[in-house]
Amino acid sequence: MSETKDNLAVLAADVESALARRRSRSAAAISWIREAALLPVLVILIIVGAILNPHFLTVSNLTGIGQQISSLGVVVVGESLILLIGGMDLSLEATYGLAPMIAAWLIVPAAAFGNGMMLNPYVGIAVLFAVGAAVGLVNGLLIVKGRLNGFIVTLGMTILLAGIQDGIVKGQAPFDLPEPFAYLGSADIGAIPVSLIVAAVIFIVTGLFLRYHRVGRAIYAVGGNREAARAAGIKVNKVRIGVYVAGSVLAAVGGWMEAGRVSSVAPTQGYGEGIIFAVFAAAVIGGVSLQGGRGNMVGAASGVILLGVVQNILDLENAPNYWIDAINGAVILVALILARVIGGEASAE
Amino acid sequence: MHEPAIPVASDPQTAPAVEAAGIHKRFGSTRALRGVDLSLQHGRCLGLVGRNGAGKSTLVSILSGIYPPDAGEVRLDGQPAPSLGDIAAWRARIATVFQHSMVVPSLTVAENVFLGRQPRRGPGLVDWRRMREQTRQVMADWGFDVNADTACGNLTVEQRQVVEITRALAAGTRCLLLDEPTAALERGAARRLFNRIRQLQAQGVAILYISHHLEEVFEICTNVAVLRDGELVLTAPLAEVTKDDLVTAMVGEKGINAERPGVTAPAPGGPAGARDGHRGQGGRVLSVEGVTFASPGVFLGNVSLTIRGGERVGVTGLRGSGASTLARIVAGAVAPDAGQVRLGDRVLRPGDRAGALRAGIGYIPEDRQAEGFVPLLSAAENISMTIVDRIARGGLIGPRRREVRAAPLARRLSLVSAGLGQPVRELSGGNQQKVTVARALASDPVLIVAITPTRGVDVASKELLLSELDRITTETGASLLLASDELDDLVVCDRVVVLVRGEIFTEFTEPPFDREALIAAAEGLGAT
Repeated sequence: MSETKDNLAVLAADVESALARRRSRSAAAISWIREAALLPVLVILIIVGAILNPHFLTVSNLTGIGQQISSLGVVVVGESLILLIGGMDLSLEATYGLAPMIAAWLIVPAAAFGNGMMLNPYVGIAVLFAVGAAVGLVNGLLIVKGRLNGFIVTLGMTILLAGIQDGIVKGQAPFDLPEPFAYLGSADIGAIPVSLIVAAVIFIVTGLFLRYHRVGRAIYAVGGNREAARAAGIKVNKVRIGVYVAGSVLAAVGGWMEAGRVSSVAPTQGYGEGIIFAVFAAAVIGGVSLQGGRGNMVGAASGVILLGVVQNILDLENAPNYWIDAINGAVILVALILARVIGGEASAE
Repeated sequence: MHEPAIPVASDPQTAPAVEAAGIHKRFGSTRALRGVDLSLQHGRCLGLVGRNGAGKSTLVSILSGIYPPDAGEVRLDGQPAPSLGDIAAWRARIATVFQHSMVVPSLTVAENVFLGRQPRRGPGLVDWRRMREQTRQVMADWGFDVNADTACGNLTVEQRQVVEITRALAAGTRCLLLDEPTAALERGAARRLFNRIRQLQAQGVAILYISHHLEEVFEICTNVAVLRDGELVLTAPLAEVTKDDLVTAMVGEKGINAERPGVTAPAPGGPAGARDGHRGQGGRVLSVEGVTFASPGVFLGNVSLTIRGGERVGVTGLRGSGASTLARIVAGAVAPDAGQVRLGDRVLRPGDRAGALRAGIGYIPEDRQAEGFVPLLSAAENISMTIVDRIARGGLIGPRRREVRAAPLARRLSLVSAGLGQPVRELSGGNQQKVTVARALASDPVLIVAITPTRGVDVASKELLLSELDRITTETGASLLLASDELDDLVVCDRVVVLVRGEIFTEFTEPPFDREALIAAAEGLGAT
């Protein structure tokens, strides 16, 4: 008799579920529109660019955009991961400068403002990864184990790292980077820059990792509700520290691309240029939530491309130099508002 | 059989404190309310009951000016309701005391009472003296006793509730909506709340009392209204209805056969499902040895407990008795100050939830909003979260595979969703709780640790969850540690341990358990 009672309850629930499913079908359609919220904005921008300047839609210009945004894009991937777990890391911009600076400083001859050790470039690359990982680990430990506020920790870290970056070279910019080190940022395969290919691969692999890998899913769980993730047996602290490390390593790789592109490392690379604002702007325009647990790589990539296209149009149109920052800021605000109006809230996946 | 929408009271002299006529409300394609007529007179206490998702929250939100209705009219004291943006005008007529405390912990009682409408002095300065005096005055007028200068963070849950009620009264409100006011109160505090409600009522305050506990409604209310699927299906003076009538109205005619048995009176100690023979003959599964823990408000002193294979042990006590903390320690959610927890022969690492899960402990946490689920993720993903390492192939898991693993549990617990891909955020409270329970059961635990697993769940779902816990422990031979202050939950247990102030006070070993004796023991009376 308890059996029949349960069967009836199950049946009733099935009927209710079927009704609910029908109701939610239109909701699903809406969420697709949200996924692609930035696409119309991008299409409009590209049309505007093409009308303003016939050079805009040429292969060389488009690959140029690609090369310019790939280093920023890789940092955005790193910051997005950290935002997804509900953290924030200001020091990525300093890592973006310091990691390639230390590597270049150890590689190039003293005449090119190196320290004279003239390490093998491949060792330099290993050093670059190690610096990235070390910075991320220190941040992660201070924030997760030391329970310090992430904003303040990474703010202090930013200033410390940028100071070291400037200090070791006494304000000079090491140049004459050897081929193996500069390859990533400067070489092309066919007409396509290697950095663009690598950045695209990083976006795709991270996107798939977030969607299908257990650790990727754990990142959403930790960012969406840390206590629930803990209660479900997810090793929350490991995931958080790991993400800080991954984010910093990605920032180092982004800086490496930039160094190769300009074939030197300026003491201002990263912090001195204030790239963290563009990083946050791209991630947030792309629908990555500052509250954690929400956002995806498709969105982050469209945020990056949008910023790159705007920058390129301004360059092509010879926008007055003194006004570039103001225009850039205005574009970021408009893009945010548009993305919000069209998209509402981005979905979790 | 039931006449819909009879005006609740018919004293023609005064206009009703609240009157809702023909209220309709839709959210997307969900019709949350379908033509609700309700009226509440001054000096009455109207109980509003209904299952999860019946539309209670929506109605409360409309009556307190949070949403506009799509159609219909709300009248307060006989006048049309203020416009939606005019929050001050709403608050002067009707105020809601929510389940979760809405006081600002860092501000004093007086500041909270006058939050946003502090008495002024000169050019926009706050008149502190007048604020304190008026707070004391209002407290004194209504016989409340909370110090106006204390920071609200230092108050008990009960005192915060008094602050919220005082805030409403100080604003001149003579109509209160109390949303599950006893949910966070221990028994003594709930009794004092009832006294306060009676006193408010006697002085002409109108009260809308929302509750899952029918006993409370019978104890405190003068009238009752039942919502089902967005419609008011029964309104009557309480003297004219029985508990059976209310349950019938809540569940509906068609559901009655499926859900009725055992619902009306979870008989004291009556078994929830078929259960034969003696349980707990297996070997020792869990040993808690000398566990000690101290933190503000909770204390456990040298508690030891063993659970045998297949045995279901309840732990109960007043709030602050340490019952739920003991369960959290066993589940690895909290590390004790001293003592150890062993599962079989293995000593568990203190405070290591992941380790406890791997060892075989499933966990249904107390506060589902805080620990039970990740709102943005799908039901399937939440349910399968505890078994990711089992279902991932090379670290990868697709949505399909998660749904395949989650579906049987979802069916078993009659989870209502628009497919298991729906984010848990969009589910009703009762269904969210089912997700939390399913998540714990997914890992095929040898021991299930459950803390108040039926809180905030309607009567029928409550019965279903309890009978599933009963059935699953019976079928799989899993043991159960159930910490709850809801006596109804304890019917699935073979043995009940009562904690008083962090120590084991007494133990009941023979079901059915006597309700009165349990209550007395929890209060620390009548040692056996």
